[in-house]
Amino acid sequence: MILTRRRALALSAGATTLAVLGFAPGRPQAATEAVDQALKAFTGGAAPVSGRIVLDAPEIAENGNTVPVSVSVESPMTADDHVAAVMFLAEGNPTPAVATFHFTPLSGTAVATTRIRLARTQNVIAIAKMSNGAVFMDTKQVKVTIGGCGG
Amino acid sequence: MFSRREFLMAATAVTAIVGPAVVGRWSRAAAQQALTEGDLIDMPAHGNVTLVHITDIHAQLKPIYFREPSINLGVGEVAGLPPHVTGADFLKLYGIEPGTPHAYALTSEDFTALARSYGTMGGMDRVARVVRRIRDERGDAMLLLDGGDTWQGSYTANQTRGADMVEVMNALQPDAMTGHWEFTYGTERVKELVESLPFPFLGGNIYDSEWNEPAFDAYRIVERGGVKVGVVGQAFPYTPIANPGWMFPTWSFGIREAEVAKNVAAARADGAELIVLLSHNGFDVDRKLASRVPGIDVILTGHTHDALPEPVTVGNTLVIASGSNGKFVSRLDLDVRDGAVRSFSYRLIPVFSDVIRPDPEMTALVDKVRAPYEAELGRKLATTESLLYRRGNFNGTFDDLICQALLAERDAEIALSPGFRWGTSLLPGQAITVEDLHNACAMTYPAAYRSAMPGSLIKDILEDVADNLFNADPYYQQGGDMVRVGGMGYRIDPSAAIGSRISEMTLLKNGEPIAPDRDYVVAGWASVNEATEGPPIWDVVEGYLARNPVVRLEENRSVKVAS
Repeated sequence: MILTRRRALALSAGATTLAVLGFAPGRPQAATEAVDQALKAFTGGAAPVSGRIVLDAPEIAENGNTVPVSVSVESPMTADDHVAAVMFLAEGNPTPAVATFHFTPLSGTAVATTRIRLARTQNVIAIAKMSNGAVFMDTKQVKVTIGGCGG
Repeated sequence: MFSRREFLMAATAVTAIVGPAVVGRWSRAAAQQALTEGDLIDMPAHGNVTLVHITDIHAQLKPIYFREPSINLGVGEVAGLPPHVTGADFLKLYGIEPGTPHAYALTSEDFTALARSYGTMGGMDRVARVVRRIRDERGDAMLLLDGGDTWQGSYTANQTRGADMVEVMNALQPDAMTGHWEFTYGTERVKELVESLPFPFLGGNIYDSEWNEPAFDAYRIVERGGVKVGVVGQAFPYTPIANPGWMFPTWSFGIREAEVAKNVAAARADGAELIVLLSHNGFDVDRKLASRVPGIDVILTGHTHDALPEPVTVGNTLVIASGSNGKFVSRLDLDVRDGAVRSFSYRLIPVFSDVIRPDPEMTALVDKVRAPYEAELGRKLATTESLLYRRGNFNGTFDDLICQALLAERDAEIALSPGFRWGTSLLPGQAITVEDLHNACAMTYPAAYRSAMPGSLIKDILEDVADNLFNADPYYQQGGDMVRVGGMGYRIDPSAAIGSRISEMTLLKNGEPIAPDRDYVVAGWASVNEATEGPPIWDVVEGYLARNPVVRLEENRSVKVAS
């Protein structure tokens, strides 16, 4: 067994600004519309494509109140070609736009990790906006269970 | 009169469980031979490395009966594929004659009659004999790997908090293990036991929950027969969800496919010529993992308690399923050259306790660890006139008994009993002892709760558990069976989506439909929630048996499965 290293909490590599939005009360029925709006506001209307971005999240949440999610984006991170920002959307949450990470070429790599709260089973979406305006997206379903009877 | 041993020796049409070097039908294997210890264990040595795998022993030190499932449905892409083949279909698929010892060991067909003929299976002294014979033959070319769910499942394991199993397993000298129910002894106890082991406890998917850093060693490289073998450990991914995570809050699990791939690559980079994933993922999860993570030569799978007489191949990966409860030991001989598996030979060894002789040293050790508890273990509670078993997707008679006890002793309308895959079987006419009862419910969170639940919540629970079992994507499956229900009937469509699998929920006592907004008195046990209150389930069942000393159960027809 490896002893757990306790070290000072550092912001994940490359993330210079972290904006975590609160959970305003809302109606789940409005979720799709809210997702579309948040997506449009972030991308400026560019159509997201798959590739270059990898979202890592558990298939089933151990605790819906604090679900670890990570994203990494393949990029040379040069002045001409870098990741400008990455946004996490939680499709089924009252306010889907959960967090946005901003990057610069000096970030070195475009990697970010945070924990989010998921009220119920839903898709988590990570969207990367590149410096040239291209947009990449990855989606993963995270299941939030009542409590298991497995074994 | 034939003794059982003579009967087994004289049995005709016995198909030895021999996997040929190329996977094929069992009918190619030797047939028409008497059943001897050598027939069960020996096989022509092949190649330069031998893997011996045992998993999901569930603390069964002594020989037991264990009825394999009659219903074990697969959904989506794996429908109809092993291990989702049972009964006569299983016998046909593997070319096994009905009524033979191997039909008895591997299916539920004619179980009671065959169990009377062929007797109990397993027992750690018999397992030790098998391991010793292979070790004597293969020497330092052999690795023994334990897939976990080893320390939990019996009265003595619960009393000693796993110490009895640790002592017994240490005597077998495994090279590594991984785990699942082990964690239900709590963080401190697990650390204490793991640190005491003379071999590594591997779990590349166990992370510190606060810092998201590896909490256990992911892999170990051992040289056997001149081959560097990389053993990568994978604990049960949903341990904190299927079991009480509050008992081990500093550990986080998950499939973590990307980490598996990294650890496989790291072990290769460290010089491993053969990569073995010692896994407690469950069969379907491992089959999917094998199709997505390159570089794994062998997956020794566990958790879902499947026993398959041949490896399932996924690309270049061999997936080996070695059963549960000490019923089987797997032997996989591999010819590894230039960093690749050239050929293999496999044998799923059924541990017939009347054929395989006990290892005397292990018999003495098992007797020693059980000695302080023998009187209590043998205390008779009742007699059963029905076959008692648990394994199967929807219900088992042992669970029907537990549900009846919950309804009667806790004065409830509906009883819920978890769909565990462990729990041994009893034949009609057998006594139910304290040991037998605890084989069905020994655990560290046994409180039998009683609470009011609206019909809508009961439906949500059933839907949730059904999705854990029947989600079309194996990565979302948790590997248990369906929660058992007493006092209520329902219909289930396994292939439907979550939220629409369960219908026709009916209160059996009056035949009325379950009302979503009415509260029902529900009794259950093994809640994963902290501070659950109630007497231990074994006290509830013991109280019921005291008032009902003869158990007789009718066939349970309260769950209708849509086909």
